[in-house]
Amino acid sequence: MSNDAATAEAAGTDEATPVPEPIPHGLGASLPPADARAKTEGTFPYAADLWAEGLLWAAVLRSPHPHARIVSIDTTHAREMPGVRAVVTHEDVPGVPLHGRGGRADRPVFASEAVRHHGEPIAAVAADHPDTARMAAAAVIVEYEVLDPVTDPEQAFEAEPLHPDGNLIRHIPLRHGDPEATGEVVVEGLYRIGRQDPAPIGAEAGLAVPRPDGGVELYLASTDPHADRDTAASCYGLSPDQVKIVVTGVPGATADREDQGFQLPLGLLALKTGCPVKLTATREESFLGHVHRHPTLLRYRHHADAEGRVVKVEAQILLDAGAYADTSSDALAAAVAFACGPYVVPNAFIEGWAVRTNNPPSGHVRGEGAMQVCAAYEAQMDKVAKKLGLDPAEVRLRNVLATGDVLPTGQTVTCPAPVAELLQAVRDFPLPALPKDTPEDEWLLPGGPEGAGEPAAVRRGVGYGIGMVHMLGAEGADEVSTATVKVQDGVATVLCAAVETGQGFTTLARQIVQDVLGVDEVQVAPVDTDQPPAGAGCRSRHTWVSGGAVERAAKMVRTQLLQPLAHQFGMSTELLQIADGKITSYDGVLSTTVAEALDGKELWATAQCRPHPTEPLDEAGQGDAFVGMAFCAIRAVVDVDIEIGSVRVVELAVAQDVGRVLNPAQLTARIEAGVTQGVGIALTENLRTPRGLIRHPDLTGYALPTALDTPDIRIVKLVEERDVVAPFGAKAVSAAPVVASPAAVASAVRAATGRPVNRLPIRPQAAVVTGN
Amino acid sequence: MGQREGAVGLTTHAPQAAQAVTLPTTLDEAVAALAAMPAAVPVAGGTDLMTAVNSGQLRPAALVGLGRISEIRGWQYQDGHALLGAGLTHARMGRPDFAALIPALAAAARAAGPPQIRNAGTLGGNIASAAPTGDALPVLAALEATLIIAGPDGARREMPVSHLLAGMEMLRAGELIGYVRVPLLHAPQVFLKATGRTGPGRAMASVSLVLDPARRGVRCAVGAIAPMPLRPLEAEQWVASLIDWDNGRAIVPEALSAFGEYVAAACIPDAAPAEDGSVPQLPPAVLHLRRTVAALARRALGRALS
Repeated sequence: MSNDAATAEAAGTDEATPVPEPIPHGLGASLPPADARAKTEGTFPYAADLWAEGLLWAAVLRSPHPHARIVSIDTTHAREMPGVRAVVTHEDVPGVPLHGRGGRADRPVFASEAVRHHGEPIAAVAADHPDTARMAAAAVIVEYEVLDPVTDPEQAFEAEPLHPDGNLIRHIPLRHGDPEATGEVVVEGLYRIGRQDPAPIGAEAGLAVPRPDGGVELYLASTDPHADRDTAASCYGLSPDQVKIVVTGVPGATADREDQGFQLPLGLLALKTGCPVKLTATREESFLGHVHRHPTLLRYRHHADAEGRVVKVEAQILLDAGAYADTSSDALAAAVAFACGPYVVPNAFIEGWAVRTNNPPSGHVRGEGAMQVCAAYEAQMDKVAKKLGLDPAEVRLRNVLATGDVLPTGQTVTCPAPVAELLQAVRDFPLPALPKDTPEDEWLLPGGPEGAGEPAAVRRGVGYGIGMVHMLGAEGADEVSTATVKVQDGVATVLCAAVETGQGFTTLARQIVQDVLGVDEVQVAPVDTDQPPAGAGCRSRHTWVSGGAVERAAKMVRTQLLQPLAHQFGMSTELLQIADGKITSYDGVLSTTVAEALDGKELWATAQCRPHPTEPLDEAGQGDAFVGMAFCAIRAVVDVDIEIGSVRVVELAVAQDVGRVLNPAQLTARIEAGVTQGVGIALTENLRTPRGLIRHPDLTGYALPTALDTPDIRIVKLVEERDVVAPFGAKAVSAAPVVASPAAVASAVRAATGRPVNRLPIRPQAAVVTGN
Repeated sequence: MGQREGAVGLTTHAPQAAQAVTLPTTLDEAVAALAAMPAAVPVAGGTDLMTAVNSGQLRPAALVGLGRISEIRGWQYQDGHALLGAGLTHARMGRPDFAALIPALAAAARAAGPPQIRNAGTLGGNIASAAPTGDALPVLAALEATLIIAGPDGARREMPVSHLLAGMEMLRAGELIGYVRVPLLHAPQVFLKATGRTGPGRAMASVSLVLDPARRGVRCAVGAIAPMPLRPLEAEQWVASLIDWDNGRAIVPEALSAFGEYVAAACIPDAAPAEDGSVPQLPPAVLHLRRTVAALARRALGRALS
């Protein structure tokens, strides 16, 4: 890291002093993030670090019940407490009292008549001290009539409506092919996926500052600032230009990280008190507030012929959306469309439902929908292999999808789909050695160092998982991004509202501009909603749409820069090259610097990128719903202590379809991070909610993978087959490993123990082999 | 250089609330400080206390920090026993010199969490918190450790650790755990813990087993499955009688798994028979826990006797 940081600093120096080692720049180089040093040293400011003169502290009162009718709310005591400046409830919302992502505004800003999940906001307080605010929130007297919670998604169909919109959020009955088709072997399974929390390393925090014009500025770690601004404006009864969101550093976002249940009260309190208001969520509040991965129940039946080719897949997929719709509709579309996985399945009959319960709301967490079905369809492939006595990798190879094949949604796969190549790469990679040659006290057995692992009880297993994800929003979502590139005095600046969530967008933007304009120093401006929208920082879309917009704008600036020179020398701009701050012509006649060519002028251009349109899935689940797809194959090697059931993932070999490597270091980091998040789903991460109540909302009770839980991650192959419709030909990289790795780990545990392993995370009792 | 600043126009500092903190340097000063401020809370490593503070469940009016009391940060020897200071950190107990004295306690200390926790968390804190998952507790129970409690005016009283953990005796107001006296047994000791993961985690079940060759005894305690460590006394006596103490502590291999089953059945008994005499089946999760305890106890005895 010290090397990287030093390079980052060197890259940032003003003078182009000659340095002994070339600084990596441009696409394909491992350019380090500009803020790496500040983040490592702890000087990078996040929302929780902000401070304004005279600020008040906010606290949110959240429901202790998963389901109750609110009889009355009495804020008298809270208002009378010394130091309390404002208390707001549903009565104080001047604008639209409902909000919700994914175009479904079904969620109250504050609960008024009913609470539908544990942790639902009911009131918020602003006070001169955070403790006072919390005490005042606790002093709001709410009289509840506690109702029985509906926590089993299967009961949601029959239960009384939990919401005026009903309990069924979406139903997709996908029908593709011949329902009468049968195969020689039939395998069935029932699978359950737990509730993963995105658990961002920095909990939610924000600061709202009222403006003299009656508007408000919100300093938030928002990943979709324009959508959040529009929601806030409609809630406050203001026009969008009266609300400004300034995006602070984002401390971790593998999901829609921000809980609007605290953002909206923050601005309301600032408007009401006329003072800046800050809130820093505790870890508990963070778990209660933000959305989780959809817990899913899947029932599968695969028909295959005697050679192991899949003939027909029948499946029922039930997503527990929790109390509010959020983006469940998108998750369901992905789950249904990818229910058969990256395999050619001529006949598919998939019923998918997303239903409302009194569990905490589910929403976008990367790989949503696709991850849950991957665990199920890969388990089914293992069962087919076992039934036919075939090698699990071989069965998969006989079914894999390739470019030109048709998905069960009727969409033809037009992008590169090198699935067979990926699977062969991980299958043929040498297996990790058994630790028999290392001293016994250095073995890392299941259970960890100082654990109870006993070599005689350890069994090793190898398994496979192949995941597929779609890139960008699906089903007709308008995916558009705008970027402005300026250049002056040899320094380029990028203005784009794409939020750096840790995915590396700012580094990528610098690389793009370095490549196109040949300048080394590229600055990326902070994001706020005064810039044109770039959309949400999720579904791996910024590399595509915002990267594409930056490239286009940079190219327009390049033309502006070169046009006069080209004209002067009577050649076209294509014959001029820019590199290392110098402009040269193909024949070497012309040689000047970018700074000279600029001659003190500022050049700028703004461009948009909008990928080709998609269409919603129809009533039979058919349609060209996705812009593009990315694939990832993983081979897992696990050690299982078959008496205690503890599992250690020894190694994950990854082969991924990446289109084009834009930044090797960043790409590796993204794959490793995704794989690790998948290991969490496979083994430990499950937010338990017995009877709708979130239990152990802390990082001791909710076990994220540590360095010891994380296996050796070997990136065996990166297939660089450029996707012609994507800018730079690059594909999304973060989500596909999250989708594939839990399935691979489960498959390996299945191989080690012979147990069915139908549930994620894998509980120790599911990995125990009993003698009788 | 393209660095994206977090936000503009706002400073990044926060206020510090004043809080009464006393930092005594002797045990008696600490007891006196607690007596002078009954609302004060003693804090050693703070690994449990600060969780409560951070989640807003505890707002101590004052703190008495125990970190500067050097007399309880080490250990001394006392006629065949070690007198361990309550302020010993897990990190210190995990080191080889300590492991040579009390191997099981060293193993428990090394398993007690990530390095940050082990650097801060103390032996005394582990006892005072008395969390069911406290890793040192089954070891202390197996060692039959004695607590030395410091009270006002230099008073010292002793209490078996099991009495405190079982709630038979309590710390009185103003008292602090000063030392823990454990016997030096000069024989193998084992601590094993099942967490369900490879990284540091809370125990689902743990077993500590120590041999006492002088008294020809085996002492075993099972942690994390009940509010306090459980001692399967009958199983201990039974297996001690099977060990050939004079002949390299040999035992028939079948006895190891029988001991495991015995310990597990003693700690997790079958449900009481119904009226018709049938014994209801334990839930699968409990059966798994019982299997885990049996495997841990068997492995622990096997390692102690190998």
